[in-house]
Amino acid sequence: MTRNPYRTEKIAFFFLFLATLLIVVPVGLIVVIIIQKGLPAINWQFISDMPRNGMRSGGIFPAIAGTVYLVLGAVIFALPIGVLAAIYLSEYARENLLTRIIKLAIVNLAGVPSVVYGLFGLALFVVFFKFGASILSGSLTLGIMILPIIITASREAMESVPQTFREVSLSLGASKWQTIRHIVLPNAIPGIITGTILGIGRAAGETAPILFTVAAFYLPRLPKSIFDQVMALPYHLYVISTQVPNVEEKIRYGTALVLLAMVLITNLAAIVIRYKFRKKKKW
Amino acid sequence: MVKNNPIKFSIKNLNAWFGSLHVLKAINLEIYANEILSIIGPANSGKSTFLRTLNRLNELYPGFKMTGSVFYGGEDIQKIEAEVLRKRVGTVFALPLPLPLSIADNVAYGAKIHGIKDKKKLEEITEESLKKAFLWEEVKDRLNESAFKLSGGQQQRLCIARTLAVKPEVILFDEPCSGLDPISTAKVEETMFVLKREYTIVLVTNNVKQAARVGDKTAFFLSGELIEFDITEKIFTAPSDQRTDGYIRGEFG
Amino acid sequence: MRKFKEFFLEKLIFICGLASILFVLLIFFFLLKEGLSVFKTVSPLKFIMGRNWYPISEPPQLGIFPLILGSFIVTIGAVVISVPVGVACAVYIAEIAPPKIKEILKAGIELLAAIPSVVLGFIGMVTLVPWVKHIFGLPTGLTALSGSIMLAFMAMPTIVSIAEDALYAIPKSYKEGALALGATHWQSIWRVLLPAASSGILAAVMLGIGRVIGETMAVMMITGNAAVIPHTLLVPVRTLTATIAAEMGEAVVGSQHYFALFAIGIVLFAISFAINVTADLFLHKDK
Repeated sequence: MTRNPYRTEKIAFFFLFLATLLIVVPVGLIVVIIIQKGLPAINWQFISDMPRNGMRSGGIFPAIAGTVYLVLGAVIFALPIGVLAAIYLSEYARENLLTRIIKLAIVNLAGVPSVVYGLFGLALFVVFFKFGASILSGSLTLGIMILPIIITASREAMESVPQTFREVSLSLGASKWQTIRHIVLPNAIPGIITGTILGIGRAAGETAPILFTVAAFYLPRLPKSIFDQVMALPYHLYVISTQVPNVEEKIRYGTALVLLAMVLITNLAAIVIRYKFRKKKKW
Repeated sequence: MVKNNPIKFSIKNLNAWFGSLHVLKAINLEIYANEILSIIGPANSGKSTFLRTLNRLNELYPGFKMTGSVFYGGEDIQKIEAEVLRKRVGTVFALPLPLPLSIADNVAYGAKIHGIKDKKKLEEITEESLKKAFLWEEVKDRLNESAFKLSGGQQQRLCIARTLAVKPEVILFDEPCSGLDPISTAKVEETMFVLKREYTIVLVTNNVKQAARVGDKTAFFLSGELIEFDITEKIFTAPSDQRTDGYIRGEFG
Repeated sequence: MRKFKEFFLEKLIFICGLASILFVLLIFFFLLKEGLSVFKTVSPLKFIMGRNWYPISEPPQLGIFPLILGSFIVTIGAVVISVPVGVACAVYIAEIAPPKIKEILKAGIELLAAIPSVVLGFIGMVTLVPWVKHIFGLPTGLTALSGSIMLAFMAMPTIVSIAEDALYAIPKSYKEGALALGATHWQSIWRVLLPAASSGILAAVMLGIGRVIGETMAVMMITGNAAVIPHTLLVPVRTLTATIAAEMGEAVVGSQHYFALFAIGIVLFAISFAINVTADLFLHKDK
């Protein structure tokens, strides 16, 4: 029996297609199911109200607010460090061992399991610095976690600014920093924003790093300072899914939908910004 | 003997390397104020590298090293701060390289960098520089448009205006017409001619006729060596080196 | 004045450049600081090979072997599913899909990467777990298998995007050469492209494994969390990550239990470090 290579190809391509469907279809289904079952729970009260009756009714406002605080704190911490680190790598670093080690450290930072970040935050911020379980501890932990995302995106954006622009600026007598400030940074901003938004999405959705550093099981009020604990949306979803019996399915799906929407909208914003600026790019 | 203007640049036994490649070999040369010095020679003869040593632009490349010295107005350029030197010695590059800014902001960029903040003053400098580069009439109504909307020749004149706005003393032209059509080339050459009244100009070109047209003095580079340096007329009528003669007659290129 | 400002800024830039190294070292140091104390009472061998994890009994029994096996079995299951499917999907996206479809598929994969793990855990609980229970007729669907399936799914974005990059980086001439010799498109993929991209694909697989081992929330929600040595995929297991997440809340700071959880963190950190360094070597092998 001879094998017909074209039939083999057809069969092979069919299986490749099948594998692709196996990934993409469930993604679509998950989103559709959450929207379909979560939408009935969503109303103004659900979003703006305190949870009541042991989280079995009422809203999820403190969890939403907590997540917003945490993400803001993380970005305030990680954005300046990340952008400056990216400037170092893109504009100052030479091809040497130190640069190699920095790049390896970034790769590793990106690969550390999220629960290990939780442990680290607990040991360093909560216990060693005595910040306690607080917004400060949680934000710093999340900030370090999203640092590699911001560094990598910002660095790529800066490196894509043509070398000739820098040369022109320097040839006009600008200093290195002036060149970075007036030429490199303005043209790298879309990439930096995109990276930051992706970092925000990641920080908003993570649970393990905040488990022992900030997240409150049930705290139906808003924080007064950065040393307060807060509820957070992903942890709240975990709690009402596994720790609290007899929570209406609608509320669980509704919470999942709000979390998913927050994360997906930030990601979508990143995609839109990237697309818009790529079209506007002048060189 | 021709009367010489004051010496602007004095280059003494300059050697330069990129990695292990010896690109400039024992160059000795004097550049006089308010003249146009044309540097000619085939590709890879070291003429652009030479030009870039004059305002220390080569330092931006890893692997560059040099020995010997370059004096600018009697001062060793290695002892002058790079930013100060580059402010006084401007460059116009081979390709038109506008910055991703508006036309006006391109011209004003250098002035802003050097600390001029007053809007009126910046506008004045912009207008004056564009006029000197013979571009004002063409762009005065669209100063806020992106510089990338200009034609190639206009972009190159914009780059000249941008260099002028810094108020340099010397302008280095690195094959400024290599990407331009003949009409734009003529305009750029005309600009250079006018500019030499106020500035010292060093022009690197691989267009021998251009050197003959605009240069007061001409230097011929070959494989990193300075073969001959003299008054342009002399170089083109009675060169003392056979290789110079061969090159300008187009025997190799 | 400007000089001074710029000098200061450039120092700051340099320090921030080093921040990543600092944070990796800090993580490592604080894990060691808290975790090594456990070995005052348990030998490292007993800790790793011990078959009983009863952290709050008196005295506590701190053997993490069942947890290591739990992570291991879930990971193996996930790899067996995700590697062939993920690489196949990467090939489809890189080589076969028409441009428009390709954009949609890539967006879909990015979407999957963006979904928080707790949401996937929740969805797994309400859909996957009952199915597994039903199909295999088990007393509970919270099993290693459910975890493997979910983790395979979660590793896909990593595997697909890195493998696709690796395939994309192969010079077009390789494929054209094969096609010019009369190979079918599939033959050129199977015999030329995949071997040529093998080191990148290997890196994709390793980073996928890293993602699987480190995943916490979804695993904790759907694997049942029984710290016993598993013999099949159809029983509840407890992974290293889930143990930390589930128990740290109750562990008293400074107790044996607390130290032991940090020691598990050291194990996880070491595994992820090894995986990332190796994958990085594979990724930069050709460059």
